[in-house]
Amino acid sequence: MNRVVIAAAGIALLAVAAYPLLLRSQGAPPVDAAIKSSWASAAPDWQARLVQDETQKACSQYRNAPPKAVADAILAREKAAIQYPPDGKLMGDWKKGEQLAQSGYGGRFTDYPPRAENGGNCYACHQMDGKELSFGTLGPSLREYGKIRKYAEADVKAVYERIYNPQAAIPCGNMPRLGAAKFLTIEQIRDLVAFVMSPESPVNK
Amino acid sequence: MRIRMSLAVLVATLTLLAAAADTRAQDATEKELERYRQMLKDDPWSNPGLLDADRGEALWNEKRGPKNASLEGCDLGKGAGKVEGAFAELPRYFADADRVMDLESRLVWCMEKLQGFNPTDILKRPYSKANQSGTELEGLATYVASKSRGLKFAPRLEHAKEKEALAMGEALFFRRQGPMDFACATCHADAGRRIRLQSLPFLGKPEEARQVIGEWPAYRVSQGTVMTMQHRIADCYWQMRLPLIDYGSDVTVALTAYLVNQAKGGDIAAPTIKR
Repeated sequence: MNRVVIAAAGIALLAVAAYPLLLRSQGAPPVDAAIKSSWASAAPDWQARLVQDETQKACSQYRNAPPKAVADAILAREKAAIQYPPDGKLMGDWKKGEQLAQSGYGGRFTDYPPRAENGGNCYACHQMDGKELSFGTLGPSLREYGKIRKYAEADVKAVYERIYNPQAAIPCGNMPRLGAAKFLTIEQIRDLVAFVMSPESPVNK
Repeated sequence: MRIRMSLAVLVATLTLLAAAADTRAQDATEKELERYRQMLKDDPWSNPGLLDADRGEALWNEKRGPKNASLEGCDLGKGAGKVEGAFAELPRYFADADRVMDLESRLVWCMEKLQGFNPTDILKRPYSKANQSGTELEGLATYVASKSRGLKFAPRLEHAKEKEALAMGEALFFRRQGPMDFACATCHADAGRRIRLQSLPFLGKPEEARQVIGEWPAYRVSQGTVMTMQHRIADCYWQMRLPLIDYGSDVTVALTAYLVNQAKGGDIAAPTIKR
């Protein structure tokens, strides 16, 4: 009995060890090697941007449709990565949020040294203020997002989390993890939450 | 000269239209561009990109570089000096370099091996900036591509490395990375999407890929210069917050192999004119 278990475990271990080799022999392309050689002239701190974390790896592998176990692992890991404001206040200044929603500045190699703070670039993908007609459609419309939800406290928290780390809500969704990636600060995210959830914000007018 | 002048007027018009920043203006812009494209179709000789193709042809035939040689001995895959139809079958495997190359990386290879140029010098200014005239590489690439005008993309998938490049291009298309988690698929894996008002081609779908891939190299009205596929891909990665990708790298070649395969059977119309 014991021998069978050990043999089975051995075979399983072998299978795991051999899996990368198997992939390679089936023609899985040497992507990581190509990535390395194709940005050979980039500075080391910039090359670090090409290294994938676990979530990026899983979403690439499953082409944004992860099986349930993988999706659950992403949800748990990303939820744990959310940081909340020390004072617990999740809403900031919607007017500042509006400016951040308009700005696509930041993070490109032509944006260094920084000439402005990073923007949220929300309008690239979302409809927000009804008067702003230059909006993208990669994400859902956020027209009257707060109003529709009656400005509920639970939704304020959900919006904060969705901006800080959308992977904690939709595994392998398209939206960047603006807070978790430290692209935006907690302060900036609060301003964006206010832009989406404040009754005074043009998003809800 | 008249072309440049009327273009300046067009650019000014488009800028004004864009400044209005509403969907109606965008539609109007699109309509104006369509009208302009139609004018160019009626008079194909008025596309400024053809000036780059002409300059590229002159460069191709001229004896240059430390070895004082022309590019007439350059094998683009269909035999030394055969330019007609070569672009339709690129990227492809080249035994002499033992790698898959796209048009631009092959041009750099020929300039190095046949003419004796130092690749570092060639690549000092690979892309023209707005309102600069096209670079040598842009001229050469536009010339070679224009010699496949009217043909259809017919990618070769015979050599193991050609197959590997295609598989790698597909994997790269879905590879998420960088501070924004972006992959090519973030913007190009669905129909009818836009960034702001800019519509995005659904490159995962052959019907849409066939419509757009054959447009490159293209003369970009907003930039006043030609742009090649190499530059197009580098710009996407820039927007994805990644560092500048090396010219003719394995990644750009593999992605081009994937895109051309998606566009298989699509018409080559280069150089076209774009926004």
